[in-house]
Amino acid sequence: MNAADEQAPRMRFDLQVIASWIEPGSRVLDLGCGNGDLLLYLKEHKQVRGTGIELAEDKVIRCIERGLTVLQGDFRQEVRDYPEGRFDVVILSQTLQQVLDPRELLIELLRIGGRVIVSFPNFSHWLARLQLLFTGQAPVTNQLPYEWYNSPNVRVITIKDFKRFLRTIGVRLVREVAINTHHHDLEGNVIHRFTNLRATYGIMMLEKAS
Amino acid sequence: MKRDSEEAVADCGTKRSGILLVERKYFTFAEPPHEMVLDSGARLGPITLAYETLGELNEDRSNAILVLHAFSGDSHVAGYLRENDERPGWWDNMVGPGKPVDTDRYFVICSNILGSCMGSTGPSSINPRTGRPYGLSFPMVTIRDMVRAQKHLIDHLGISRIMCLIGGSVGGMQVLRWCTDYPEMVVSAIPLATTTRHSAQAIAFNEVARQAIMADPDWKGGDYYDGPGPRHGLAVARMIGHVTYLSDEAMREKFGRRLQSRRSLSYDFGGDFQVESYLRHQGEKFVDRFDANSVLYITKAADYFDLEAGNGSSLINEALARVSFLVISFTSDWLYPTYQARNLVSVLKKNGSDVSFCEIEAPWGHDAFLLPNPHLDDLISGFLDRIYNEHCGQ
Repeated sequence: MNAADEQAPRMRFDLQVIASWIEPGSRVLDLGCGNGDLLLYLKEHKQVRGTGIELAEDKVIRCIERGLTVLQGDFRQEVRDYPEGRFDVVILSQTLQQVLDPRELLIELLRIGGRVIVSFPNFSHWLARLQLLFTGQAPVTNQLPYEWYNSPNVRVITIKDFKRFLRTIGVRLVREVAINTHHHDLEGNVIHRFTNLRATYGIMMLEKAS
Repeated sequence: MKRDSEEAVADCGTKRSGILLVERKYFTFAEPPHEMVLDSGARLGPITLAYETLGELNEDRSNAILVLHAFSGDSHVAGYLRENDERPGWWDNMVGPGKPVDTDRYFVICSNILGSCMGSTGPSSINPRTGRPYGLSFPMVTIRDMVRAQKHLIDHLGISRIMCLIGGSVGGMQVLRWCTDYPEMVVSAIPLATTTRHSAQAIAFNEVARQAIMADPDWKGGDYYDGPGPRHGLAVARMIGHVTYLSDEAMREKFGRRLQSRRSLSYDFGGDFQVESYLRHQGEKFVDRFDANSVLYITKAADYFDLEAGNGSSLINEALARVSFLVISFTSDWLYPTYQARNLVSVLKKNGSDVSFCEIEAPWGHDAFLLPNPHLDDLISGFLDRIYNEHCGQ
């Protein structure tokens, strides 16, 4: 992650990795863009023509104030209006685990974007495994800070499961990286071995199988 | 023509003793036999538009912002016409030096609409052929006709590209009409609290307002200019309008069931409640400043507004794919509800336009777009700042 390390933008580590994957000048859609940290970075450093979708009014206002193009709304609805191939890359960071029908969503995203980048918390991290094994309770970690009764994470994803899922739905995995994060996820490092056990997040770039 | 326009922009918006003084100007065109042809096929001329400008046009004429006013508005968008004026223009909280629409940076133009009575040609103007007010012989004008007339003014000012069009309500309809009819002249647009087509509900309220005017015996088929005019009908029309500009919550908070200047119910029709008193006051105030026939014409123009008519939306247009949009709606606006703004956004996305959208949480109903609101300020100033940096190359 040389590129990300060099510029060291103050944003979540998974977003730093994602940013390093984006080609300069590309058309990017960021779903659930929050305050627009990633889009602003891409605009300033990679001359990206970006659009964000965000549900919270205050975050939308913050983004537009910062000079970004952002739509307020539920991205599952909003993505439907875009014509085929409208974007080069669609980014879905740390949200896939909250989507009821991930298959339908991914197919829709691959319609409007040439490539889709997803990042998601890896539920099979060793800490989560140990908690379940020794306490017999649903894991609660930094990356998965919720109790079973208030978690927005309706889909339990592991890196291994997700790759199997991609084969099932016929989507090609272009690029992948597993990361281990610390310090509120702002810093981290790339994991190369035993990723499904050691990584807190999986990040993958997908495209339609030709 | 060019020299005229330079003079026109040179001395506007002088700051004197801390207050921003502006001057109302008039532009007359379409002198016979070169009358403007309207959507209805009728010809109209000469046409005068009242307009005001603030700030200075930059050297490459790229910093112009056209503000389009709502149904009963006028060209007096901000500042003061005279030093001892009690109140500034209708959007003084938004437009001025250091304000979101910053006149230290942008050249702001606001023109009164065709068909109005605030200095532009409308039904109360004198028909040069008869020497008498037009009345109902004034041809029906549409939002497109209003925009067509504004285009003459913009040409006269020597501006070929408008950095941003901003307008709410009927002003938002003009923003969208500008976009469909002259997309190559538009860099960006902010339609606020508006719609792509007037709904049955909106037409219904306008029709009740028109009927209130036309049912007044003093309306006299629109030929009332030598008499008192339909004062009562016009006041009722305005009262209906004000109901649609507020919201259930706004009325509950503002008036509730509170009584006006009394402790108990009167058991007559003199008016018990504060909300009645408010509406009567708004109605009476309006009668003194607005022409009843203009209400008829402008409401009809709004009712005719429909960008979805015919074969698909007129917003589907290759040239519009280069225009940046900021669409804004308000949660409690039931005259032009958020779903209508979302329809607009949806069409613009399909068209490939760069579009931002925000629904602002506000309890005040349709009126919210005119009221001071820090969220609205941040959205507009941030968007304009970006457009300025991208297009007025610093």
